[in-house]
Amino acid sequence: LTSQAYEAAGAARAARRRLSAAFWRRPWLRGLALLLPPLGWLLVFYLAALAVLFVSAFWTLDSFTGKLVHVWTWTNFDTILTDPTYRQIAFRTIWMAAAVTVTDAVVAFPFAYFMARIAPPRARTLLFVLVLLPLWSSYLARIYAWRLILNDDGALNWTLGRLGLPEQGWAFTNTAMWIVFSYIWLPFMILPIYAALERIPDSYLEASRDLGARSWTTFRRVILPIALPGVVAGSIFTFSLTLGDYITPSLVGNVDFIGNVIYRNVLGLTNNLPFAAAYATVPLVVMAIYLLLAKRAGAFEAL
Amino acid sequence: MSRIRRRHALLAALAAALCVPAAGVTSTAADPSVITKIGKGEGSLNLIAWEGYVQPQWAKPFTKATGCKVKAKYGGSSDEMVTLMRTGQYDAVSASGDASLRLILGKDVRGVDPKLVPDFKNFIPALKSPPHNTVKGVHYGISLQWGPNTLLYNTKKVKPAPRSWSILYSSKYKGKITVPDNPIQIADAALYLSKTKPGLGIKDPYELTESQFNATVDLLKKQRPLVKKYWASAGDEIDLFKNGGAWVGASWPYQTNTLQATKAPVKDLIPKEGATGWADTWMISAKAKHPNCAMQWIKWVSTPKVQAQQAIYFGETPANTKACAIMNKLSKGSCAQYHANAPTAYFNSIKFWKTPVKDCGNGKSNCMDYSKWQQAWTDIKS
Repeated sequence: LTSQAYEAAGAARAARRRLSAAFWRRPWLRGLALLLPPLGWLLVFYLAALAVLFVSAFWTLDSFTGKLVHVWTWTNFDTILTDPTYRQIAFRTIWMAAAVTVTDAVVAFPFAYFMARIAPPRARTLLFVLVLLPLWSSYLARIYAWRLILNDDGALNWTLGRLGLPEQGWAFTNTAMWIVFSYIWLPFMILPIYAALERIPDSYLEASRDLGARSWTTFRRVILPIALPGVVAGSIFTFSLTLGDYITPSLVGNVDFIGNVIYRNVLGLTNNLPFAAAYATVPLVVMAIYLLLAKRAGAFEAL
Repeated sequence: MSRIRRRHALLAALAAALCVPAAGVTSTAADPSVITKIGKGEGSLNLIAWEGYVQPQWAKPFTKATGCKVKAKYGGSSDEMVTLMRTGQYDAVSASGDASLRLILGKDVRGVDPKLVPDFKNFIPALKSPPHNTVKGVHYGISLQWGPNTLLYNTKKVKPAPRSWSILYSSKYKGKITVPDNPIQIADAALYLSKTKPGLGIKDPYELTESQFNATVDLLKKQRPLVKKYWASAGDEIDLFKNGGAWVGASWPYQTNTLQATKAPVKDLIPKEGATGWADTWMISAKAKHPNCAMQWIKWVSTPKVQAQQAIYFGETPANTKACAIMNKLSKGSCAQYHANAPTAYFNSIKFWKTPVKDCGNGKSNCMDYSKWQQAWTDIKS
């Protein structure tokens, strides 16, 4: 019995050796074996889903029977482009995504700069933890926390009252959404900028100083151009995350975003999946354009 | 001997053959999908319900009595309930009148024989075969509870106490108003206009011609900047009133009860223009995997005790007239408070939710249907 088990183990070992030899002799086979599972996953769950989404955007819903009509038509896209309501909602979403991105870039840059170039190693670790810690708690819990802060009887107004300052009425406004969005996506901006800043060799800054540049000139002509791809990389996150969110608007805002319209068309109002699919292509197109521009700015090298 | 036996068998078969069509004629169960008997329970039950409709105080004893474990998902609106029911993953739904007909016409629900529910005979006559759940003599579900949509206000901040829905359309409380995020809300505005602008000629707030509809939508667009938040769930509105975000709003009695239980200074009323309201029906899905448990549940929630418990918990009126005495036992004066002994005139004064359709009920079909309502609502909110 023991010898049998030994033989089987030997056979298995031989097979393994043959396999690794095959991989060694044909490097393309190795690449294929490594890439096939993730590529297959991507193909089936991501690209195929996108294709179905795009195709169904050209169908319509019979409002009487609630059944899909499989006839190719531009109706949905026509409604999106011509109906001022949907245009307004799309522009509002894009505008908010841009505002949040700019805010996060402005807030994150000095923070990341301090982390990467000024803070001593131990403080840097601590700052890292502080940046990442919110990501460990639920996104919903953080949004609800902001509701409690911004409410009319909330923590912020209480503090303002104590300080003798006038109360704010930001609850359920676009200002509230802007604050909450900027807060929840901030770590996604800090980390790429940090990575970009950390990569700048000290010798560059020394050379700049040796050539007579003042700090501001060094920042403007050396640091900023090298860090810019990092900022653009971070902006991809903040912009796309804001563009696709519908929970924050429904919890802290009082207006619809693209995501809310899609949500209500899928579950809630009409079950009009074709229209939801058509509207979902709006953020897809916006993101495609954004990514093209980001690629030009070299953001993909900074990731 | 064997011949005689064979003759007996023949006779029996003949008798049976004669009986079957007779039974088919007398019972409502001509359609095989109609539930005519309750079999053995399946051990579990998936429900879609309004918040507050599946409370442990009556769901737990139900599980104990029948062995059916209850899982409930709250629906935020009738639209959401219809969509969820069409997934086929749920056994039953507590559908309001604006969802029930859509479900019946979409063949999403099964008929039930009311004889299976012993308490049915004690229901108020208006809810035995109401048009929102009984079509061509087939009962698609059993009525449950009904009530008005009320005006809720903060007694400390809103003075004098409001008497009219006009408070929701005036700028006096700008930024302190909350209304449901629901297209059926258009009917509330239409009801208000039917009293304040009789020139428009609105008779039924769910049957609006284009000009009546446009006038209503205009009113709601003017209301838009006054609204702090369009609430999506009852919990949302409770939060708003607790945190001072809203002082006055369109509401259900459930929110009032919940807020008053936490000693929040709120009251509600039916304003002088009258109110829209709901009459809910438990309906069983055509694809129900646990139809026997669902029937057991309908039987259970129709009993006077559960009817009384739910009426007091949610603040609505039970369909079962026998619930009144138990309500008073549970909470003194609650039978009158929730109108369980009110005359039929009170029932008739409420404009119950129903699905707006093209057919105006006067032979003309120039009314705005529900898809128009939904479009208008997105437009109003944007």
